[in-house]
Amino acid sequence: MLKRTPLYEAHVKLGGRMVEFGGWSMPVQYSSIVDEHLAVRRAAGVFDISHMGEVTASGPGAADYLNFVLTNDVKKLAVGQGQYSMMCNERGGTVDDLYVYRIGEQEYLLIINASRIIADVYWLRQKVAGWEVALENVSDVIGAIAVQGPRAVDFIDVPFSGEPKPSTLKKNQIATLAFDGKTTYVARTGYTGEDGFEVIAPAEIIEKVWTALLAAGHASCAQPAGLGARDTLRTEVCYPLYGHELDENTTPMEAGLGFFVALEKGDFIGREVLADQDVKGVKKKCIAFKMRDKAAPPRPGYPIWSSGADSVRIGQVVSGTQSPSLGVGIGIGYVPPESAAPGTVIGIEVRGKRWAAQIVKKPLYQKPKK
Amino acid sequence: MSSKVPEDLKYARSHEWVRVADDVATIGITDHAQHELTDVVFVELPEVGRKLKAGESCAVVESVKTASDIYTPVSGEVTAVNKAVVEQPALVNSDPYGQGWFFQVRVSQREEMDKLLTAAQYKNQIGG
Repeated sequence: MLKRTPLYEAHVKLGGRMVEFGGWSMPVQYSSIVDEHLAVRRAAGVFDISHMGEVTASGPGAADYLNFVLTNDVKKLAVGQGQYSMMCNERGGTVDDLYVYRIGEQEYLLIINASRIIADVYWLRQKVAGWEVALENVSDVIGAIAVQGPRAVDFIDVPFSGEPKPSTLKKNQIATLAFDGKTTYVARTGYTGEDGFEVIAPAEIIEKVWTALLAAGHASCAQPAGLGARDTLRTEVCYPLYGHELDENTTPMEAGLGFFVALEKGDFIGREVLADQDVKGVKKKCIAFKMRDKAAPPRPGYPIWSSGADSVRIGQVVSGTQSPSLGVGIGIGYVPPESAAPGTVIGIEVRGKRWAAQIVKKPLYQKPKK
Repeated sequence: MSSKVPEDLKYARSHEWVRVADDVATIGITDHAQHELTDVVFVELPEVGRKLKAGESCAVVESVKTASDIYTPVSGEVTAVNKAVVEQPALVNSDPYGQGWFFQVRVSQREEMDKLLTAAQYKNQIGG
């Protein structure tokens, strides 16, 4: 049986179309993916992300421990700040990509992928020996909601009490606030390429938070948005989705996420391989591409071919869709570095037929400058 | 919310409709199907002249999320395809029984029509 988030009933009531995602029953859409996608780009969307996992790490050794298991440098975080990071295995392959927030002097909150909760917690516990840190998997008792879009800032303060006001947060900052008398975190982060916030609250109040956010956002044209739009939004801005751009055989360097690997911080799991790739380069590279003309939208698993008379298969699509913002097929895939330059024309094989595409600089979509 | 199921058409369980005039069958997908797919962004149609067997997968309709196969409900040779729907896939959403048709076949086995669902039977299937 699929797992349900505390918002399952709320989704059904809103007419959400429930589908399986990483073992969870989640709304793929309420109205339509395009409608919800454009609402997030133009106004605001409210997403249930309660399926995601939460793990706390606390104690005098928490920072050192996290710096050993994660690629980014948590010692750069002041209390109330977060950062994106990878967790790698000894081969440099990615166990998960996650957000780590420093919520106290010696207390950290990790937000991990729903599909990776079991693998991550097993991994984290395996590596914990010898460190003065207590780990707690609070995934089942915590819910989360993402409020994303240019108008999110107009109403995010309404449901919460305490300081600082979420609207005053800078990117990647997190505030410890209260809702209904319960500790609730609001971070200025997201997965859509828009300004926005992520609210992390106890599961027993998350439906009230959901209702309060939708009510507060009503005048700003906020609407519930499903996983379908979440995926098209993140694909347009080339944010990785675990299981697509990242897996245990793919390193952050190959994925183009070297910025989140702090090689200078000292030893950590996977460092040897990642440092080596940093100097010598990688064998496969994550690229973004746009279909030319009117073509079938690319999908995960489709073969990528080089162009020209001596065309050979050079890689595979890992994410792809029709871009609601751009109106063309867009995709992300892996190819050898010598074929990865922006401007390179490639062929995407769709049901036996090849369609022309062009590698472009990431992100695929950029907000028009005002 | 109830989908339109015109009385004068026949239906396949896989959500295609068939309209027969003389011996030419016009085929498309139902209002229910387009609503389930939402936001059709790409349509791939069979070649004119291709001989199809009833139940054969011969076209593809893609929404933002996924690609779905379309099966011909009747056997016969493809005599025409709707180029407008290739140019403007959204016609499948806006006018599934009219401008959003997919292809036409010259029906080779008329008795296949009797195996298809009536409007009432199809309505029953989709719970409308």
